[in-house]
Amino acid sequence: MFETLTDRFDEIFTRLRGRGRISEADLTEALREIRVALLEGDVNLEVVRELVETIRTRAAGAELERSLTPAQQVIKIVNEELTAILGGEELRLTYAARPPTVVLLAGLQGSGKTSAAAKLARWFVEQGRHPLLVAADLQRPAAVEQLRLLGRQVGAAVFSEPTDPVDVARRGVAEAVRVGRDVVVIDTAGRVSVDAALMDEVAAVARATSPRYTFLVVDAMTGQDAVATAVAFHEALTLDGVILTKLDGDARGGAALSIAKILGRPVAFVSTGERPADFEVFRPGRMAGRILGMGDVLSLIERAEQSLDQDLAGRAADRIRGGRFTLDDFLDQLAQMKRLGPLSGIVGMLPGLPKEMRNAEIDEGNVTRIEAVIRSMTPAERNDPAIINGSRRTRIAAGSGTTPAQVNDLLSRFKEMHKMMRSSGMMAPTRPGGRRDKRKGGRVTPARAR
Amino acid sequence: MRVRRHRQGPGDTPKATDGGTSGRTGHGLASSLARLRPGRIGEADFEELEELLVRADVGLKPTGRILAALREKVRAGDVGPAPGSLAAALRAEIVAGFGAGDRRLTLGPQSPCVWLFVGVNGAGKTTTIGKVAAQQTAAGRHVVVAAGDTFRAAAGDQLASWAERCGATLVRGADGADPSSVIFDAVEHARAAGADLVLADSAGRLHTKANLMDELRKVRRVADRPPGAVSEVLLVIDATTGQNGLVQAREFTAAVGVTGIVLTKLDGTAKGGIVLAIGEELGLPIKLVGIGEGADDLVGFDPGEFAAALVGD
Repeated sequence: MFETLTDRFDEIFTRLRGRGRISEADLTEALREIRVALLEGDVNLEVVRELVETIRTRAAGAELERSLTPAQQVIKIVNEELTAILGGEELRLTYAARPPTVVLLAGLQGSGKTSAAAKLARWFVEQGRHPLLVAADLQRPAAVEQLRLLGRQVGAAVFSEPTDPVDVARRGVAEAVRVGRDVVVIDTAGRVSVDAALMDEVAAVARATSPRYTFLVVDAMTGQDAVATAVAFHEALTLDGVILTKLDGDARGGAALSIAKILGRPVAFVSTGERPADFEVFRPGRMAGRILGMGDVLSLIERAEQSLDQDLAGRAADRIRGGRFTLDDFLDQLAQMKRLGPLSGIVGMLPGLPKEMRNAEIDEGNVTRIEAVIRSMTPAERNDPAIINGSRRTRIAAGSGTTPAQVNDLLSRFKEMHKMMRSSGMMAPTRPGGRRDKRKGGRVTPARAR
Repeated sequence: MRVRRHRQGPGDTPKATDGGTSGRTGHGLASSLARLRPGRIGEADFEELEELLVRADVGLKPTGRILAALREKVRAGDVGPAPGSLAAALRAEIVAGFGAGDRRLTLGPQSPCVWLFVGVNGAGKTTTIGKVAAQQTAAGRHVVVAAGDTFRAAAGDQLASWAERCGATLVRGADGADPSSVIFDAVEHARAAGADLVLADSAGRLHTKANLMDELRKVRRVADRPPGAVSEVLLVIDATTGQNGLVQAREFTAAVGVTGIVLTKLDGTAKGGIVLAIGEELGLPIKLVGIGEGADDLVGFDPGEFAAALVGD
């Protein structure tokens, strides 16, 4: 029976609910589960080790966010780390000043180079370019024929000659210059990295054609070997990125993470199906969840953070826009912050709010105290705090078990908040439709919950 | 049949710092354990073993099982103090995991019998068929090759090239034709020509595609109709495959009843450890191993050789 990572986590963390910090022992157990998930997701063992240590450091002693269970919070950290590695270096394709822009594809047998070459050519066509495909795989029977057929399908010409790969590649580029193609995509034969002669050959192809981009084509189902292979090809060719193929399967795809981490090279493109159109620029978004084996849960975490946030924030925003934001509203916001974390709701929406103000209520003790103070006020006092004089202050303090100084503190903070709201334009009397941006002469509506 | 395998030596491993991946597997466990004082097998050794197995894509569960079995042996005093004895015990454990089943390719009583090759895209089905055709014709059998991959551009041409080389007959259909009809034609032709064996290629397909798996089910049914008889459904698995290999084996077996595994591309740096899990969990025999792109680069699976390559001598 398959148990998701969060199920396992929740078992570990149920007893943690309500406590302020994630304990070392519980974290260790959780990290064990993360290690398992990553290894089952085919992430390289070395990379897993490093990652687990990084996550341990981040999560140890971290304050618990109120919108998430501790388990979910750790997973959120894991997700952030993975996404940072995957999305860290975005490859933005640029073109050579003097055409053609040469793109070289290399990789193991069966990784999907030939298909990727054709798809990439089609992608270039979509970008308004005029690619030439060069069939430099002279090793596999009918590889040239395959590329010719695919080229026809995607509307890209194919060049090949039955000489040798280096020669074909060089002549292919020359041909592109001759006929005015501005992009050249070179398909090469699959090769194992331990075959020195073949690795030399592909390096020679690169030297002969000076590619602007060299991509390693990697099958998404590749296991631990991904790193060894990538390193070897990187040594021979200096890779610019990876094209990850067969993502339409259910392989978790940890190879992508391993290569990104070890080589510092991004996944540039992904192939997501068997049709030529099933090819796109890589977006790390869902990949982290996929590798962990828990894509759905991550979106749940995101929703937990956002949805309640938006309702309350929406209502509060309305009131603010109407020029009203009372201590009752503040009480609501505090309750929400208790539940969802300090950056939710109005506080999170205020642009330029000093960090101290935002973090002020993280301490649970603080929040409880502030709530008590507000609850000790009469409705009239909450509606118009200006009427709170010395004796009222004393009474409120006594009723909430605080000091008059603390009551004062709250009131000044609240005044600060008001000022911020006004200066940010949220509380300004607005015309229907939102604040007018004088620069553009158009309308700019204030941002809703982030 | 002796196994010719490209053994990784220090000279072959990639020079760049790769987190120690291939460098360490290249030296093997035994050399590191040689440093060990005889008689002292400690936790560090088991950690090394775990690393070795995980790096080989053996997977966490089979690794855990193997290590538990080894710990038991060490505890019971069954592992000698001499350096290298732990490595030997590990090899023995791996070999035991593969079982003693029959690894021969089955030629059924009826003729023609059909060997159907299935697997995900890029695993090496067509190349494997080319090698099998070469070996079977060399063994004096009359072989018909069915170009059952009607999807991939030039797949028929690729197979034709192999068939030509060894003198096997190729039966193919039009591009995009129903693969079942090609198989049917091939079986008919084989019967008429008195051939022994039909090697049926199929398009690579991800097991996640329900319609394609349905298509494969139909291909198997048609191939199994008299006069044909499917005596082997060989799942071709790339040695670089990670844990998804086990999922592939499960799904393809459920769909078309896999009878054996062909492990391809073992001439690279990958160890193909996923076959351990496949063998254990599904009881599928590993029958053939691909170790290169040439017609001769196909050998019978030998558990001892496999264990030796994984663990080191």
